[in-house]
Amino acid sequence: MNPFPQLAEKDTRSGFGDALFKLGQTHPRVVALTADLAGSLKMDAFREAFPERFFQVGVAEANMMGIAAGLTIGGYIPFTGTFANFSTGRVYDQIRQSIAYSGKNVKICASHAGLTLGEDGATHQILEDIGLMKMLPGMTVICPADYNQTYQATLAIASWPGPVYLRFGRPKWPVFIPMDLSFQIGRVQILRPGSDVTLAATGHMVWMALQAAEILAREGIEAEVLNVHTIKPLDQETILRSVRKTGRIVTAEEHNLWGGLGESISRLLCMHHPAPQRYVAVQDQFGESGKPHELLIKYGLTAERICEESIQLLRSSQ
Amino acid sequence: MVFTDNELEILCRQVRRDIIRMTWRAASGHPGGSLGCTELLVALYFRIMEYRPHPFNMDGVGEDIFFLSNGHISPVWYSVLARSGHFPLSELATFRHINSRLQGHPTTHEGLPGVRVASGSLGQGLSVAVGAALAKRLNGDQRFVFSLHGDGEIQEGQIWEAAMAAPKFQLNRLISIIDLNGRQIDGNTDDVMPLGDLRAKWESFGWHVAAMNGNRLPEVIATLQRLMHEAEDRRQPTMVLMVTEMGYGVDFMMGTHKWHGVAPNRDEALRALSQLPPTPFGDFEPLDLV
Repeated sequence: MNPFPQLAEKDTRSGFGDALFKLGQTHPRVVALTADLAGSLKMDAFREAFPERFFQVGVAEANMMGIAAGLTIGGYIPFTGTFANFSTGRVYDQIRQSIAYSGKNVKICASHAGLTLGEDGATHQILEDIGLMKMLPGMTVICPADYNQTYQATLAIASWPGPVYLRFGRPKWPVFIPMDLSFQIGRVQILRPGSDVTLAATGHMVWMALQAAEILAREGIEAEVLNVHTIKPLDQETILRSVRKTGRIVTAEEHNLWGGLGESISRLLCMHHPAPQRYVAVQDQFGESGKPHELLIKYGLTAERICEESIQLLRSSQ
Repeated sequence: MVFTDNELEILCRQVRRDIIRMTWRAASGHPGGSLGCTELLVALYFRIMEYRPHPFNMDGVGEDIFFLSNGHISPVWYSVLARSGHFPLSELATFRHINSRLQGHPTTHEGLPGVRVASGSLGQGLSVAVGAALAKRLNGDQRFVFSLHGDGEIQEGQIWEAAMAAPKFQLNRLISIIDLNGRQIDGNTDDVMPLGDLRAKWESFGWHVAAMNGNRLPEVIATLQRLMHEAEDRRQPTMVLMVTEMGYGVDFMMGTHKWHGVAPNRDEALRALSQLPPTPFGDFEPLDLV
């Protein structure tokens, strides 16, 4: 039995928008900015309730990052909202100098990450953002699994010191993390215990990993499912403990093979506990237009693919 | 510290000595623009701005705050920050050396008092100044935000994003200054990338635009005081087009872009210092090359 059945279906970005509105009520120092994507980021409730703390900067993401850095000087906690592509690659140097190097308490909140943005195509489907952000010294990188966890993470980062990259997505997606399941930045959640293979996933792929574990269980393979919602700082202890037990790992992420969660875990294992690893990730490609589920199938980001990689890993390393 | 106009003129000469000696000691750095902006920085920190240098407060609530967006002219800023009590004067000797808080370009990373954001990669400081001015408004803080930009710097697109934003937010207590010395690292701005009619450009973006000669200290002080007074009744930000001479105060560093990013050697530094006689303010230690 999947210990985390589907509770509903909601987009993760709405988890961000709903939590931002909550923060508006509870945290008077929280301010929000957008670069002409308030609707897409579900920031309308905050905008309407707290207009004096909401800044529409137009289609000018570089300026938004600089203004956010400036707002911290005076004690505010700015949350920027735009698509992941425009939150990272487009403004890398602004984040690097004015936010990360300057140690500014800016929360970079990025929607429409990865392939599941869908029809807009590769110009908007960034698959390199985790890599870009995790390379910055002092940056925290979080990619929650569903609506509930995006809600929890948005609340949590308001009280977490320093710059944060919070990555979420566009499509409706299964909600399966109970609101009462404790969310702690930098702490992996073991969603399902198992002893044959570790499945470490982040973001939308956590649900896929749970589905994969169900399929594998029918074959008599017990997979341990880890929700690695925080990619930096990485919960090294929990991941190592799991791999020491299972002896092998499959990582799954809606991101390029290079620079993502899988690569962070490879480095960890290489240093402390070398073990066979397989990667479910985009294979150094750009995306394309299509429906989210079509794209996930075409680019190999599915529960079935996680199963195949797990079985191959078991065959080759037993 | 309250100085007379005459004392401030002498302080400008001392700051110029610091710039020459710092860049000579570092065998690198940007003396040209630093020399050209000396009067402005001295005016801001010794006459115009209200602030508390020590203990330094990052948020600067209740203080006037300054952003150096063209971070490469750090020598002039460091000299003025030290001489206004932000950190010990002797630290100027560490400029661009290993383990120093005085990095080649200013940064908060090493905890240098007076610096509120890193700058050096150009075009970012006006956006930060807009954000800081918004924070002051939210805090009900009536003090001003100043920012300084190079003329070459405004070739960066982000400047014009911020140029649109500041009037939208009606930031009347933002006073930005462009150092119009007409030169950048590759040559004259007119050749590298002509800036066009800057008054018309900034006015059309919704700014109040003023002009001043940045190497005449009384004019700098009077202009900034007038603009701050007038800003109370305005809903626009203010842009000051400040004409300066790159390398001002050292004859062989003027009239050329050569000294934008080149430090003087020993002979050149001695020649420069001979044109900037010692002052009662005193040089920073160690007292080499004096």
